Amino acid sequence: MSVKRIPGVEARRKHGFLTANRWLIARRLAQLGFFMLFAAGPWFGVWIVKGTLSSSLTLETLPLTDPLILLQALVAGHKPELTALLGAAIVLGAYLVLGGRLYCSWVCPINPVTDLAAWARRRLGIETDWKIRPQARLWVLGAVLAASAATGTIAFELINPITTLYRGLLFGASWGLASVLLVFLLDLFVARHGWCGHVCPVGAFYGIVNRTAGLRVSASGRARCDDCMDCYAVCPEMHVIAPALKGDRTGTGPVILAPDCTTCGRCIDICPERVFRFTHRFDQRLDTPAAEPGATPQPATREAA
Amino acid sequence: MSKREKTDTTGFDPRRRKALGEMAKHVAGATVAAAAIAGFARQSGALPATTLRPPGALPENEFQSACVRCGLCVRDCPYDTLKLAEWGDGPAIGTPYFIARDIPCEMCPDIPCVKACPTGALAHGLTDIDDARMGVASLVGRETCLNMLGLRCDVCYRVCPLIDEAITLETTHNTRTGRHAVFEPFVHSEICTGCGKCEKSCVLDEAAIKVLPVALATGEIGGHYRLGWEEKDRAGGEMVPGLIELPVRVPEASR
Repeated sequence: MSVKRIPGVEARRKHGFLTANRWLIARRLAQLGFFMLFAAGPWFGVWIVKGTLSSSLTLETLPLTDPLILLQALVAGHKPELTALLGAAIVLGAYLVLGGRLYCSWVCPINPVTDLAAWARRRLGIETDWKIRPQARLWVLGAVLAASAATGTIAFELINPITTLYRGLLFGASWGLASVLLVFLLDLFVARHGWCGHVCPVGAFYGIVNRTAGLRVSASGRARCDDCMDCYAVCPEMHVIAPALKGDRTGTGPVILAPDCTTCGRCIDICPERVFRFTHRFDQRLDTPAAEPGATPQPATREAA
Repeated sequence: MSKREKTDTTGFDPRRRKALGEMAKHVAGATVAAAAIAGFARQSGALPATTLRPPGALPENEFQSACVRCGLCVRDCPYDTLKLAEWGDGPAIGTPYFIARDIPCEMCPDIPCVKACPTGALAHGLTDIDDARMGVASLVGRETCLNMLGLRCDVCYRVCPLIDEAITLETTHNTRTGRHAVFEPFVHSEICTGCGKCEKSCVLDEAAIKVLPVALATGEIGGHYRLGWEEKDRAGGEMVPGLIELPVRVPEASR
């Protein structure tokens, strides 16, 4: 027990680097890909998406607008043009169907920053943490909307590191990028998953949208779980795993339905027993031990429970 | 069961106390966060006089509630006039602005920046660029302006897209030479769009003519004022006929 287990090592040993990092690589490519759709114009003169994450125009036709930013504009007293309303409705509709927090893990440019901080924390063995609940971000979301209403401004956009990062890279580097550094330092030294998991009002907003998420992770192979705890170590919202993974005891289905789950798929990668997989929210199937090639020698004992 | 009894007899429930404590902590935290953000937002609400908003921009306080800082107006500006503000530029971070002395507004007739705005922070009601009010040009350097010194520079007047309407040359007597005229560049604030081409082209090291925010550059007469001659025109004659009889001082002989 004295040797600290490094999550991912066993998965890599058992299944190889690619399988043990498949969804992580896919996610990094998606994050880079979304950014390059925006950056191809200003950097290479190939205009695919104009604007930034707050509002954009794709191929001169499709308008997209960040629904939370538009919500702030609405409570600040502005009556937006139809373009912005339509753009926000499209974004909101897509995330309601697929899952709001997909934005957090597959699109948001801050995700690689906080993932890097979380990785560094694990490697450097930094244990500091603050006693604050994940629900605190809902209060931050309320505070942002209250501030917008009180001042008649889109208040969070003054400090939002997400849009600041995109804007800095697309429209020229900005001192505002300091907010990105602050997020990194917060996650590294002050709190585990401090920004994305406790503070960010954008994540809180998409967490609410995430209640109808169609795309979900299922612990369909939970019978094989040998409690190595690797998934908890890498999960940015670790409280979402247990209800589904340990659902045998409570009669809960294997699908992770907790709205905080960002559907990042890191648990799928990291699990040496291949317990998790992507599916839709209504898929309550459990793996049959025989049909599973990656099954460990003694899963039957657990299956009986 | 025992817990239940305890609650009933003393009214004390440790779980409720804990929950209320948690609640209070979050409410306090959220209030502090809201106050901090709100204070910051208010401070960022002031627009420096040297920075101008794009054509059609709502009044600054409304603009702050409408602009999502997407930069689509910047992208569609063919002359690279518009920029998104960074920290320290003055305007609220991420919002579009321009500095007339650097690159003025070229007053495109199709106003692409306004069309690009998804939220209406640049009001879509602006369809004629001549109706834009980005600011008002003001001859602030009256002692350095070459025309005011009696020379014939005229550059601001010549470059004005609304020449002879927004800027006219008003002649007065040149008291220094006693025999020439001074051609004063005179800005008509009700016509000037604030495009800044005059400020950009002013030949002085520091422009003598500058585009200022409308409120800074123009006075506003009190709503209770009535200008007698205008009232008279409107009424089609004297308001109170024969009210004032002034003594006639013309010498008797010349009446």
